[in-house]
Amino acid sequence: MFKRKINNARRNPFAAILVIAAGLLVAGGGYAGATAAVSHSTSGAYTADQVTEGSKLFLTNCASCHGKHAEGTNYGPSLIGVGAAAVDFQVGTGRMPGQASGPQLMKKPVQFTTEQTAALAAYVSSLAPGPSVPDERWTSTSGNTTRGGELFRINCAMCHNAVGAGGALTEGKFAPVLKGVEAKHIYEAMVTGPQNMPVFNDANLTPQDKNDIISYLKYMEANPSAGGEELGSLGPVAEGLFLWLFVLGGIVAITIWLGAKSN
Amino acid sequence: MSTATATKKKGGFLAGTANYLDERVGVAGILKEFGRKVFPDHWSFMLGEVALYSFLVLLLSGTFLTFWFQPSMVPVIYDGVYGPLKGADMSVAYSSTLDISFEVRGGLLMRQVHHWSALLFVAASGLHMLRIFFTGAFRKPREINWVVGFVLFVLGMAGGFTGYSLPDDLLSGNGLRIIDGMIKGIPFIGAYTSSLLFGGEFPGEAIVGRLYSLHIMLIPALILVFVAVHLFMVVIHKHTHYSGPGRRDDNVVGYPLMPVYVAKAGGFFFIVFGVIMLVAATFTINPVWSYGGYDPSPVSAGTQPDWYIGWLDGALRLAPTHLEFMVGNNTLSMNILLPMVVGIAFLVVVALYPFIEAWVTGDKREHHVLDRPRNAPTRTAIGAAGVTFYAVLWAGASTDLIATQFKMSLNHVLTTIQILLIVGPILAYIITKRTCLSLQRKDREIVLHGRESGRIIRMPHGEYIEVHEPLDEYEMYKLVDFKAYQPMLARPNDKGVITLRSRIRAKLSGFFFEERVEPVTATELEAAHDHKEIH
Repeated sequence: MFKRKINNARRNPFAAILVIAAGLLVAGGGYAGATAAVSHSTSGAYTADQVTEGSKLFLTNCASCHGKHAEGTNYGPSLIGVGAAAVDFQVGTGRMPGQASGPQLMKKPVQFTTEQTAALAAYVSSLAPGPSVPDERWTSTSGNTTRGGELFRINCAMCHNAVGAGGALTEGKFAPVLKGVEAKHIYEAMVTGPQNMPVFNDANLTPQDKNDIISYLKYMEANPSAGGEELGSLGPVAEGLFLWLFVLGGIVAITIWLGAKSN
Repeated sequence: MSTATATKKKGGFLAGTANYLDERVGVAGILKEFGRKVFPDHWSFMLGEVALYSFLVLLLSGTFLTFWFQPSMVPVIYDGVYGPLKGADMSVAYSSTLDISFEVRGGLLMRQVHHWSALLFVAASGLHMLRIFFTGAFRKPREINWVVGFVLFVLGMAGGFTGYSLPDDLLSGNGLRIIDGMIKGIPFIGAYTSSLLFGGEFPGEAIVGRLYSLHIMLIPALILVFVAVHLFMVVIHKHTHYSGPGRRDDNVVGYPLMPVYVAKAGGFFFIVFGVIMLVAATFTINPVWSYGGYDPSPVSAGTQPDWYIGWLDGALRLAPTHLEFMVGNNTLSMNILLPMVVGIAFLVVVALYPFIEAWVTGDKREHHVLDRPRNAPTRTAIGAAGVTFYAVLWAGASTDLIATQFKMSLNHVLTTIQILLIVGPILAYIITKRTCLSLQRKDREIVLHGRESGRIIRMPHGEYIEVHEPLDEYEMYKLVDFKAYQPMLARPNDKGVITLRSRIRAKLSGFFFEERVEPVTATELEAAHDHKEIH
């Protein structure tokens, strides 16, 4: 039903003009907004050597999908303007270079050394300004955990779960578990919105907000539950499963033992 | 004979006390009546006890929690010891739950004891119900007690749900929001009911206090009353027993309550208590501090109810979308109504099953000897289908976790479970019924020919035979002591008319008993033995 309606609308002679106008407006406006939001974070901290080294690495490892000049192909998006943060996140967590296409790129053992990752980031950030790798003060754990927790529940919990245990998205995609993710990678993910994640730019969550969220997550990671073993932090399903299999199962085993004694 | 001197008996303090009580409240008579009650021994008879004991633990730990919990939704700023919530806005209910967890000595342990024993209470009740069902213990005269037990199970769910919502944390608030949505989905009265329950627009400031009244007064009182009725009926009916030599429908074989069962049951109470304490002391349950106070805007991924509400949550998730339609100005949300109707219908069938089966068999005798599940193939198969249906709904409540934990597509998991909901029970029915009939045939063969011993003997004239060992009396009873009902035909009534009612009954009777394996009769056994001697 819904699809057919769209098709009819498409045939309208003004449709094309309207779509183009809307597209220009959104793209232009969005770009202006985004650059305004991230402009302060474009950094030129990389050396020319790093850029040259990065471009070589890029040609041998990334160009087959992202194009020789990172302009993008049918197999991978353009990387012009994604910034150093995106490279540091994708390569630094092992998601890139991608291994196989699927609903979502999986985390895997990191393929490049820290220096190589930095060189790649240098090269990509030399192409056009974009979000950079965060300052250390934003990845510290000294933020306000109460505020961080609140922001996390409002902005992140619907996909990543209230305790960061991860969650399912459609068609095999998922929001990953946040336990064990490095602080700077959490920050970069928020700024760049990798894969299915939305972008939380600095107008949306200020660097201080992001730091609060990171501090909260790191606090939860460092302080295990006061109540004992956490059963994967998966909530009532894990608790119910544990109860049926081990608690009731154990008690039934005891009843069988008691019953057998009397025979 | 008895005079004033008779009150002075020898035997010290204990005998003196006993005598004192006997003369005033007639303890001897009560003990004579109850102390000599006989209970048979079998592990499966202890499942109801597990439920009873976890309820006692619930009462004890719950009382402890009421000393500190404050069921108020008045907003406060948290100023307790838990760092990541310091300074956060929350309700008094949530803040007092945090205080119980972090500042009251033993509070967290008691919270966990209470929550684990709640899960155990409903689980043990469910397992106990399954035992009753599959052994046919619900047959006359125990049909009403089945219904009482069923009410207890539903009350357990209600008690659990009202308790789950009290801490006013994000998880329980999300759960309440789902219930609010379901209530609002009821045509015509939904919106009014919701605003009555929540005292206005969700979440309001009343619901925690109201649920608290239900949770600590009404529901436990009802559970206590129904437990009393349940146990009283067990005393009236006497306990059932499994078949064996000398075990009949008019007796009970076992040990007396005093002193054997009082000691055993008392000991078993401490075992159950101990297991609960051990689990509560080592495993986190419902870490409310990590969910944060309730705020209607965030909804967390992986929001699930406790296990016993899971099947209803699953029904909601599995319901097909786009089924809603308009009646006048009202939308009928079939994706909410359908699961509710299916859930209620399932519960009604469970509650009424003993009456349905009694009507189909037309059996008016009292039954005190239990069935082996295989000897009632259709009932067992229906039970297996019901369990499968429930289990699939239950799995439906964790589609997202199945998808992430096993790296599958959420959409595929959902569709698979939707299909399984229909196909699963049918398959379970067929497989179970076939298995039961095969096991019965095997039993027949064992009774008639004994067990294969694996010893091959060569006879003097060259023939080889395998020696079959005959069964002892206990095993023999187990295998032959059951009744195979015959399907009934539709018969005309006094006026010579075959009513629709009797046609349905005949159809159902055929469905139940058309395929059956008859127990071995004495004549058959005789014949088989004679046959053996000819060998």
